[in-house]
Amino acid sequence: MSTNIEERLFTIRYKADKVSHLIIKDQEVCLNCPTKECNWFCPSDVYLWHDLEKMTSVAYENCIECGTCRIGCPTYNIEWVYPKGGYGVTYKYG
Amino acid sequence: MADERFDAIVVGAGPAGTAAAYTMAKAGLKVALVERGEFPGAKNLFGGVLYRQQLEELIPEWWKEAPLERTIVEQRLWMLGEDSVVTLGHRNEKYKSPPNCWTGLRVKFDPWFASKAEQAGALPIYETVVTELLMQGDQVVKGIRTDRDDGELEANITIVADGVNSLLGKQLGVHREWRPHEVSLAVKEVIGLSKQAIQDRFNLDANEGCTIEIVGQTCGMAGLGFLYTNQDTLSLGVGVMVNDLKKHRVKPYEVLDGLKQHPMIKKLIEGGEVREYSGHLIPEGGFNSIPPLAGNGWMICGDAAQMVNAVHREGTNLAVTSGRLAGEVAIAAHKAGDFSLRTLSAYNDAIRASIIHKDLKKYRGLHGLLAYENSEKLFNQLPQAVNDAVYEMLLVDGKPKKTKQKQAFRQLKDASGGHNMDLLRLGIKGWRAMNG
Repeated sequence: MSTNIEERLFTIRYKADKVSHLIIKDQEVCLNCPTKECNWFCPSDVYLWHDLEKMTSVAYENCIECGTCRIGCPTYNIEWVYPKGGYGVTYKYG
Repeated sequence: MADERFDAIVVGAGPAGTAAAYTMAKAGLKVALVERGEFPGAKNLFGGVLYRQQLEELIPEWWKEAPLERTIVEQRLWMLGEDSVVTLGHRNEKYKSPPNCWTGLRVKFDPWFASKAEQAGALPIYETVVTELLMQGDQVVKGIRTDRDDGELEANITIVADGVNSLLGKQLGVHREWRPHEVSLAVKEVIGLSKQAIQDRFNLDANEGCTIEIVGQTCGMAGLGFLYTNQDTLSLGVGVMVNDLKKHRVKPYEVLDGLKQHPMIKKLIEGGEVREYSGHLIPEGGFNSIPPLAGNGWMICGDAAQMVNAVHREGTNLAVTSGRLAGEVAIAAHKAGDFSLRTLSAYNDAIRASIIHKDLKKYRGLHGLLAYENSEKLFNQLPQAVNDAVYEMLLVDGKPKKTKQKQAFRQLKDASGGHNMDLLRLGIKGWRAMNG
């Protein structure tokens, strides 16, 4: 009964806003980040580093608003606010 | 938006905020209850267990009408080895009357609780994010700014119950940003399974429930797993300290996958269907992370003030108590017509005299024990060593028991550091952490 992350995220009800509530403040900082640990600790795989484009992509639509990246980014390079009222995740069980 | 003035604004319709709003509205105060989710509970998550006692001080016999899952009659503790378990548990018919606690789901419970505050007269303002506190000078909170058009609201008192991330607490400067070792990340799955299968597999009658707390197999990170029985679902999850998670480069859901593959758990969830995946931070700083709780025109409650007893997985009950106490102080302030820290500091005193302060103080040392150098030892090597030792003792293979006992002791000693004194030192440290 192993489940991959796509299947997991599919079980969550979202109402995605058109604009991201998560913003990488400075991609240059990501480039110089030796650990890029956001690629690991995020429970819904929002962050992914792209070697070719030299940037961190942000799949904010998948965000479950836990706040781990807000606290976990070693350089506090993520601007983190809540999605607009009523948007984002709406749990069915909780 | 309403341009009227409120006696009190509550930010966050979780257990803390709702308890505060209910308390104040019932006493006749004009209260606004603001929530960013589509409905109260929409963004909320816990393991989760709901306790009877603290909420009963607010709504007697609340549990007779609230949406609950199962009455917990049995609590188990599992210490996992790689493919083994050492178990400890307690089951008691006395937990049924009066009930001690229940399993629950926040999307059912929180709206019910908030409806009580609404019926008492609190004005619900949902689907609304509070973006900042309105200040008069740099000391006095005079209301909130929201993400709605013309979204400013003023009140004599603002109660901050905006949850673990507490951006408003940060604005107030009552806590510097939480640090990774002050929070854990929990991920959870709600797994659908028939009532009958749940009752058969966990040895339960209808409405009886069981909780299992799990130590070990968290990839060497400080953390705990849990498996709780709901009516026709199971709640399976694991929380690990964020500072450990940062270092280990393991995806949080892979830790959960590891548990799901464990032979003990695999059989219990077999045939189940994942209905929902979820994740949330848990305040783990305990006593030493509790911020100043009141100021001029404001008080802070629940997760936002780190009020969680991680050892006993109690949180919602402490949230309810803190919300009620803040509400009571607000009522007194309303009567006195003074909303400055001079009056609101009574909330500080009330928390200090309450179970919240006493219980969190008892475990104040725990946080230090979970520091990085210990976590691999405590959450991986020791549980494994205990399993190996018990395995050896129960295995009949011709070796004399005395040899086995020596071997078992050596395994435990090695796991705790290798020296004779290490096991003792770890034991003393652990005892102190739990009895600070």
